Amino acid sequence: MKTVAELQAAREKASVDLALRLGGTSASKYKRNVLVCGGTGCTSSHSEDIIKAFNEEIEKHNLTDEVKVVRTGCFGLCALGPIVIVYPEGCFYSMIEKENVPEIVEEHFVNGKIVEKYLYKETVLEDGTIKKYNETDFYKKQFRVALRNCGLINPECIDEYIANDGYAALAKCLTELQPKEVTQIILDSGLRGRGGGGFPTGKKWSFIADGPQKYVVCNADEGDPGAFMDRSVLEGDPHCLIEAMTIAGYAVGANQGYVYVRAEYPIAVNRLQKAIDDARAAGMLGKNIFGTDFSFDMEIRLGAGAFVCGEETALMTSIEGNRGEPRPRPPFPAVKGLFGCPTVENNVETFANIPQIILKGAEWFSSMGTEKSKGTKVFALGGKIKHTGLVEIPMGITLREIIEEIGGGVPHGKKFKAAQTGGPSGGCIPADLMDVAVDYDNLTAMGCMMGSGGLIVMDEDNCMVDMAKFFLEFTVDESCGKCTPCRIGTKRLLEMLDKITNGEGTLEDLDKLEDLCNYIKANSLCGLGQTAPNPVLATLKFFRDEYVSHVVDKKCPAGVCKNLVTFVIDQDKCIGCGKCAKNCPVDTIVKTDYIAPGHKLASYKIESGKCVKCGACIDGCKFNAISKQ
Amino acid sequence: MQKKISNLPFHGTAEQEAKLQAVIAANKHDKSHLMGVMQEAQAIYGYLPMEVQNMIAEGMDIPLEKVFGVATFYAQFSLTQKGEVHIAVCLGTACYVKGSGVIYEELQKQLGIGGDECTADGKFSLTASRCIGACGLAPVLTVNDEVYGRLTKDDVSGILAKYGK
Repeated sequence: MKTVAELQAAREKASVDLALRLGGTSASKYKRNVLVCGGTGCTSSHSEDIIKAFNEEIEKHNLTDEVKVVRTGCFGLCALGPIVIVYPEGCFYSMIEKENVPEIVEEHFVNGKIVEKYLYKETVLEDGTIKKYNETDFYKKQFRVALRNCGLINPECIDEYIANDGYAALAKCLTELQPKEVTQIILDSGLRGRGGGGFPTGKKWSFIADGPQKYVVCNADEGDPGAFMDRSVLEGDPHCLIEAMTIAGYAVGANQGYVYVRAEYPIAVNRLQKAIDDARAAGMLGKNIFGTDFSFDMEIRLGAGAFVCGEETALMTSIEGNRGEPRPRPPFPAVKGLFGCPTVENNVETFANIPQIILKGAEWFSSMGTEKSKGTKVFALGGKIKHTGLVEIPMGITLREIIEEIGGGVPHGKKFKAAQTGGPSGGCIPADLMDVAVDYDNLTAMGCMMGSGGLIVMDEDNCMVDMAKFFLEFTVDESCGKCTPCRIGTKRLLEMLDKITNGEGTLEDLDKLEDLCNYIKANSLCGLGQTAPNPVLATLKFFRDEYVSHVVDKKCPAGVCKNLVTFVIDQDKCIGCGKCAKNCPVDTIVKTDYIAPGHKLASYKIESGKCVKCGACIDGCKFNAISKQ
Repeated sequence: MQKKISNLPFHGTAEQEAKLQAVIAANKHDKSHLMGVMQEAQAIYGYLPMEVQNMIAEGMDIPLEKVFGVATFYAQFSLTQKGEVHIAVCLGTACYVKGSGVIYEELQKQLGIGGDECTADGKFSLTASRCIGACGLAPVLTVNDEVYGRLTKDDVSGILAKYGK
């Protein structure tokens, strides 16, 4: 495609197929579109087999001209995967197995009757009517900007992307706007970096220095465990990233882009590579895009699993082929970045917002969100929550809405304890702060951080000291070793936490812990070290009583820290079956002389001292007679 | 990152070496491709023993010390052999709060090896992986490239049995 007119013609041609999914009528020969999630989550539960089964059954019933099967990106509600959505009805089949496919094809596609028993329960009303999935609790408060195409288009088909306004923003920039005007729009929109720091994106672009060679880098090294929105964009809408990076290249005067992706995301890497090849073939990348004198191309570089490479200078060092150690700033990457040249670096979700901002305007974007946090944010809900998955919501929604309404609350009737945000760099939000509006500044004020948007819910069975230790183990492992406060400081923090969880801590240790945390924060070279103590500080602030239980009472209230837990058999509940004694690897469970009222056999007891606290007895007991104290 | 280094002898074939040399030849014009070459080398050999690192260093004209530095820096590079059946348990946060730590311990117990180790017969190896992004299925583990999700400790022996344990 060499001109905007050609792009427009391609859009009109391709949009026929997409109209059905967008709620309109379609002139397409297909009467039905069957969308099957091909994201990592659903693929892991064999959605590829489901696609195959649909195609086979559709062929068997001679429906190939009427029903089209589309592999899309993630729908978001991963807890119910594999998911299949059928248009025009917009009905939402959940937890589908390939064995269910013949029945759906026969009943739904041939006989026109939706198969209710496979539908997501919440979409079926009491009177039997079926509501669209986007009216359910999980979806109704969401507003998708960055994820707008995920679960809607086939990510491996450039035509479907073009059909839904794809590459229109790039065309607008190249033919109607000066580079400075593009930067101004992003500045006015109030978009802030979605990777963690929250630095205004437009400002970052405006800082770029002059030079003969400049670069645009996309940080897709989503190392924050429990966050998977960037993966989802790469898997579900890779062209969006390509378009956005090209726009950034135009705005700052760069002609080469690099995407640094985690090697742990093979599906994302393959789809992005295909998208780059297709974009190049279509003239969206390469020389003289849309016949202008602007040229831009990009390539993928694979990360190899180093958390510190999410830090922008470390990421650039890694692209250069080195150990991914951070560099002191200044000079900032905008002046001296990749290969020593001026570089602008943003993360995937940030980029994913750009084309929509260009098309719909800065005002549209800044009308969403709070005063200083504009637009939407994608959160990855995980841990002890009913609806695990991805949600995109306007900034400023409360944590309670996210967890209780959208997320469906904590399962199994357990009590919510805390939500962890920002991964190993973040903190946790306790139950009594659940009504605070979630945005960058409120989270920072709580000693937490937005981070990349991982949101892990913890219930009463999680020990907060153990969680702090878990994150410190992670940062000790991931500290690159370049600066002393981080390399040695985090190790000492972990040793102190070890001591506390082993029941050897003292109250004095808690003060020492806090002092060392503040020292590491103030003196580390890069973001990893500066934020590594956050999980400890936040848990100390909000859950100090749990720390005190560990050091004073030598108890772990959640029953997680093994050395502080005693296993006890309730002799009145024990029926004397002896299963626990058989399961015990160290033979420390013995029969007593006591027969509880109503029981026939003598009960058992655990002899203290030898117990290794493996939990085999509890797992095997059907009578709930064994507990941790 | 602390890495275990294999003390089992290296058995590379001529065919593997030819593949690696082809990869090196295609990339040696640009030293920033070092990590990509190492990733391909690991795909060819399954791990990066000193012998392979040496070939890369010589072929790319990069000091061995730097190749070793990169190999030990990144979690993905393994300096120990992988078994025929390679099991990786996700210890990302979402999996950890749902008990993947317990599953990891159970696997060590049943296989009789520690993390980043391979059984003596070369059949099974075990490692803890970073978040693989399948948080909706937590806790998860992967066996070779197959993902198993929504696990409990009781599923471990069934999975091992499937692979001939």
